[in-house]
Amino acid sequence: MIQDPPVPHGFPIERHDRYSPPAALTELRQRRPMSRMRYADGHEGWLITSYDLARKVLSNPLFSNAPAGVHPVLGGLQPTKEQKTAPPGMFLRMDPPDHTRLRRMLTGVFTVRRMNQLEPRVTEIVRHQLDQLEHHGTGADLVEHFSLPIPSLVICELLGVPYEDRASFQVDTAAIFRLDTPQDERLAHMDSIQKFLADLVDRKKAEPTDDLLSELTRNPELDRAELVGIAFLLLIAGHETTANMLGLGTLALLEHPEQLQLLRQDPDIVDSAVEELMRYLSIIHIGPLRVARADIELGGNLVKEGENVTISLASSNRDPERFDDPEELDLRRRAIGHLAFGHGVHQCLGQQLARIEMRIAWRELFTRFPKLRLAVDPSEVPLRTDMAIYGVHRLPVEW
Amino acid sequence: MMRIHADRTVCVGSGMCALTAPEVFDQDESEGRVVVIDPNPAGEADRQAVNDAVDLCPAGALSIV
Repeated sequence: MIQDPPVPHGFPIERHDRYSPPAALTELRQRRPMSRMRYADGHEGWLITSYDLARKVLSNPLFSNAPAGVHPVLGGLQPTKEQKTAPPGMFLRMDPPDHTRLRRMLTGVFTVRRMNQLEPRVTEIVRHQLDQLEHHGTGADLVEHFSLPIPSLVICELLGVPYEDRASFQVDTAAIFRLDTPQDERLAHMDSIQKFLADLVDRKKAEPTDDLLSELTRNPELDRAELVGIAFLLLIAGHETTANMLGLGTLALLEHPEQLQLLRQDPDIVDSAVEELMRYLSIIHIGPLRVARADIELGGNLVKEGENVTISLASSNRDPERFDDPEELDLRRRAIGHLAFGHGVHQCLGQQLARIEMRIAWRELFTRFPKLRLAVDPSEVPLRTDMAIYGVHRLPVEW
Repeated sequence: MMRIHADRTVCVGSGMCALTAPEVFDQDESEGRVVVIDPNPAGEADRQAVNDAVDLCPAGALSIV
């Protein structure tokens, strides 16, 4: 007799394969796509592993993304008493209408057209980083010289954050995303970035320059705390995410030479390649999490008001009900519609920026180094299983 | 005949429509909200792209009436 998979205690994160979601999640999707899950503090909530249910939760306004009532999915992620409401400006953790008010101040900046206009400048940045990589020679770390600096330079320039100051916020950012950072330390690192950004907001107010932060300081509807919160969100979201897609995506391409060959032969498939790599890799590998604001019928179950629902995007993106042969990396498939950018009102604000960054970065990388390969055995590449955003810590390459 | 309805009150400016069916959808300059530039696309490719855009819209702002 086939045993029903056990109710998970905490969100499963143990991987058996670099690119695939934990086997426990796949098994749940096959047998019980809406499962009970015991949260780290004992709360009995839910875990969603299918594409259809994930979309339903993310697009239902009765599921809140505010911090109130959130239970930790992993031991290290205990929310503290102070986090009952979102910090000012942190619209990602707000529900409509507060969320709508702030997001709409930014959506005009991140449109498809505005992002396409950035292409020449992003190309310049990418080529400069490829020079840096080449300069460091065989064994150079692709993360250090390519995948991290590209999105970091782009978001810094867009926001108006001096890139020379990156040392002060990249250390904090890394600590915030480390899963085992104690909560009080995490808050200290967040304070540190916020102090840096508060000083910057004051400087932009006094002497505006041609960038998004200066533009926002002229908006009479935003106070100083909100400006800092918005800057914080955009700075953090703008770097760690795309950076890790570029690092892990490059590793995946190098380990699937027949796929990489397709991209080299026909650079026009880079658009679909970006979507497929996002689907296949799903670097936001823990959550998102929502809190039921009422009793909600879902997938034949009743989610009671206050219960937490956690979604596995990685498992949803491998759902055979939506994608044929989901375990295969296939750069030619139509992977658009994947949930790697989320879904619903919180779907990634910067997604069109991320798309052009990845498109240009991979196109240029394999044009400059057609023989790019790993400088170490794939098993020696350190994976970011210890971080809230999955990827590679380092990627030594040669060409 | 295809008629596209776009609900600008729920649009979140994700740009999925302008990305998927650029001949049919655009985004306004100030808030990035959906603008239908061709409410009645005739070409088969555009009609398919509109169907995709309706499915992909994260806010459920698009429908075919």
